[in-house]
Amino acid sequence: MQLPILSVLVFLPLVGIVPLLFMDQKKDKVMKGYTLAVSLVEFLVSLRLWFDFNDAIPTMQFVERYNWLPQYGISYFVGVDGFSLLLIMLTTFITPICVVATWEDVQYRVKEFMICLLALMAGMIGVFVALDLFLFYVFWEVMLIPMYLLIGVWGNPARRVYAAIKFFLYTMFGSLLMLVAILVLYFHYGKVTGTYTFDLLKMYGLTLPFHMQFWMFLAFGLAFAIKVPMFPFHTWLPDAHTEAPTVGSVILAAVLLKMGTYGFLRFNMPLFPQAAYYFVPLFSILAIIGIVYGALVSMVQKDLKRLVAFSSVSHLGFVMLGLFSYTMQGVQGGIIQMINHGLSTGALFLIVGCIYERRHTRMIADFGGLSAVMPVFATIFMIVTLSSIGLPGLNGFVGEFLILVGTFKVSPVYAAIGATGVIFAACYMLWMFQRVMFMEVTNEKNKNLKDLSLREIALFVPILVFIVWIGVYPSTFLDKTKATTAHFISMMEKAKGVQVTLSQVFKGEAK
Amino acid sequence: MTISIPSFHLSSIGPWLTLSVAAILILLLDAFSRGKKGLYPILSLLALAVAAWQTYSLWGKVGVDFSRMVYLDNFAFYFYLIIILGAALTVLISPQYLEEFGRNLGEYYALLLFATVGMMLMAASAHLIMLFLGLEIMSIAVYVLAGLFREDPKSNEAAMKYLVLGAFSSGFLLFGMAMLYGAAGGTLYLNELATKLGSMAALTKPLTLLGLALIIVGFGFKVASVPFHMWTPDVYEGAPTNVTAFMAVGVKAAAFAAFARVMFVAFPAFVMQWNMLLWVLAVATMTLGNVVAIAQTNIKRMLAYSSIAHAGYLLVGLIAANQLGAVSLLYYLLAYTLMNIGAFAVVILVARKKDSYLNIYDYAGLGFSQPGLAAVMSIFMFALAGMPPTAGFVGKFYIFSAAVQAGYIWLAILGVMNSLVSVYYYLRITVIMYMRPAEAELGPIPYNYGLTTAMVLTAVAVLAIGIFPGFFYDMAVTSVKIFPGLTG
Repeated sequence: MQLPILSVLVFLPLVGIVPLLFMDQKKDKVMKGYTLAVSLVEFLVSLRLWFDFNDAIPTMQFVERYNWLPQYGISYFVGVDGFSLLLIMLTTFITPICVVATWEDVQYRVKEFMICLLALMAGMIGVFVALDLFLFYVFWEVMLIPMYLLIGVWGNPARRVYAAIKFFLYTMFGSLLMLVAILVLYFHYGKVTGTYTFDLLKMYGLTLPFHMQFWMFLAFGLAFAIKVPMFPFHTWLPDAHTEAPTVGSVILAAVLLKMGTYGFLRFNMPLFPQAAYYFVPLFSILAIIGIVYGALVSMVQKDLKRLVAFSSVSHLGFVMLGLFSYTMQGVQGGIIQMINHGLSTGALFLIVGCIYERRHTRMIADFGGLSAVMPVFATIFMIVTLSSIGLPGLNGFVGEFLILVGTFKVSPVYAAIGATGVIFAACYMLWMFQRVMFMEVTNEKNKNLKDLSLREIALFVPILVFIVWIGVYPSTFLDKTKATTAHFISMMEKAKGVQVTLSQVFKGEAK
Repeated sequence: MTISIPSFHLSSIGPWLTLSVAAILILLLDAFSRGKKGLYPILSLLALAVAAWQTYSLWGKVGVDFSRMVYLDNFAFYFYLIIILGAALTVLISPQYLEEFGRNLGEYYALLLFATVGMMLMAASAHLIMLFLGLEIMSIAVYVLAGLFREDPKSNEAAMKYLVLGAFSSGFLLFGMAMLYGAAGGTLYLNELATKLGSMAALTKPLTLLGLALIIVGFGFKVASVPFHMWTPDVYEGAPTNVTAFMAVGVKAAAFAAFARVMFVAFPAFVMQWNMLLWVLAVATMTLGNVVAIAQTNIKRMLAYSSIAHAGYLLVGLIAANQLGAVSLLYYLLAYTLMNIGAFAVVILVARKKDSYLNIYDYAGLGFSQPGLAAVMSIFMFALAGMPPTAGFVGKFYIFSAAVQAGYIWLAILGVMNSLVSVYYYLRITVIMYMRPAEAELGPIPYNYGLTTAMVLTAVAVLAIGIFPGFFYDMAVTSVKIFPGLTG
């Protein structure tokens, strides 16, 4: 019998919670070590997934399906393809790093923290593997609770509760509308085909009338756009990122935001392809606004974490732009860029966490000249900064380049405006780097800062390896997504060229 | 002249008899051997267990008995089980709490059992007069229960308010029945009403509609639907907490049982009309309940408004008027019984010493000083908010599915938006428990067997039937098969 590898990935962290419940609250290090062990085992299991994954198959692999509520057409149905594989790997890769990052950082309520972290991990993997709409929705919502607790309990005392509730309500708002859309889809599918099911793959096969696609795309799209976050639904993000503990910000940036873009790719576009084409201008323009706006706002931030948060809005705008080009390069670039953003923004949050631990401030003005005091730190920071900007040879370049190529094929104007985002990124990142790391040490407190410890260096090394790897030889990762992307594009191509007007949609005449 | 005695089987009303006999026994015991207080809850639980067993052995029977006055069907039996469950959990959380107030009396248990019988009667009645009898048996017992703490002005106020407004609403209900009696040409049997009202619609439609409206008013009061909800916050706040729990789940379940049966059986020809009316009521009920709950700082008042909001969700299931809608009603009431009584059990535990700590800010710091209690409370709060993987989510999922299936997409959207609003105030409890430091030392929590059992049982059940809802879903499906008019 083959190992049900996806179920192991989903449930291992949950099972891992149980021993944690009985551990001594005072033995922090034991609990952290234990959680690290669980997350490393999880990573090893996911490596098996990576190596067993067949690049040539465009459809779902490692499929598992068990009846859950057969009366209702609900099943426990999971699988991976090229889109989800990379994101699962990112999740399992970043979690152990997060656990190590908590070593000194988290001292308060360690047990509960670790429980939340493991629960979150299970939820995240679940979202990426679920192929049943009901199951997906359950994971999507369940994941909110641990993240909400991470922000609300371990965040910055001043505004953590506000940020936690804002995060929760914003996400919930979108997902509840999505729930109604899922139900509409379910009953429509049942009425047309006679079988009632939440099976996503079966639903791919059905072409909805256009006016339905229109509304459904908006309902699903809102849920995902909030999560991405796309302009103008991004306002929860700076608060959540800024107030969350370091690890919370890392996971939020690295994985949670990807659920939004992944949602577009997995649900919105294949389910409602005609509407997906119809909305290209709207979403591309929103993505471009996000790119430019995020970059400009980053430039004026005084708080390092807020700066990184707004840069996420900009970077995710690139991803969306790439996905909405429906070209091979654009979509593949979008996926690679999701991973890149996870690595470099995750690393940036860790970096901010490092100096926050030392100085208990994140204000750019409080720093200056750190490169002289902390040379190792400066090197790592520099590489990550350059990766975030998109310097050739590092990962960011690959993603942004592919996205711009893909977009250029469809619309040179979008690509041209989008490309300005790269320039702005260089501005705000380098300017920030300059103010924090270079010039004279003006603040007395900064003179005696310790450089990174071995543990901290160990945090960054794996990330740096992948930053360079993707930059130099992206094929390792692109190959995994190639077949799936080609399949996706050919599916999308069929829906091209629908001409409808808004008034037809509102009257329900657009078929 | 021959007098024919209609045939009847006592076994058809076995559960009622058991509970009535037990209630009378408790009263007698109380009169002749004062002081054996520990016996009453055990006796009550025993009686409830026997009643549940009797219901179980009735399961699957279909028919009428007692001159067609009583329905025997799974729809009624499912409600029996919900009501018995609610009553049993209420008994579990009661003794210690009543002891604190010196009111651990035999009457309490007797009245509780009588009220339970009334509720079951409502769920099974095939005739409007039977329904009214059940309603009154239940209501009068609950009026007294609400005023159990007779030295407490708030409890008095609750009882008085409930009695006056309750009597008023009974009047409406009765008046409505009278009109239907006229409109249908002299019958109050539910199934006959349906055919007569339908066939005589040309002649008596205005009268029928007036009667229908008055009946909706009467039920609206009992389920605490806007605009007949005015009594709810005050009564829920003033009544003893265990009685509040019982009212919130038992009275609501019974009222919805009767409400659904009357609407589905007697008024299928007027589905357009009552649907329209209830649509407005449901939206108003959900919205008002949720929005006003945000402003509450007393946990009992907050749960009162949340109970109003839940009446709104349940009305959505009723409005859908399809099979799934009826199923969702049954499933949701079961889930609601579990999560609500669980939440009230926590309220009792935290309140202590004659309800000294009922403010929501008294829960500050509970998350880490009492991790178990706080975790359980969080489960109930997330369940009430409709978060997976709890029964509350599955219940809402069914309800809104039913609405979507029936084509009420806007109603579903308004419903989910309402549950978004509700997330805010349920979440606030968890915020206070986990994210605020305790303002004052809470002191020890007086755990006892009854409350702990009730809490653990409900918490586990809320998760279990949330993750594996299949069994109760199937049960509900077989229960609603008796309404042939329901499609889908």
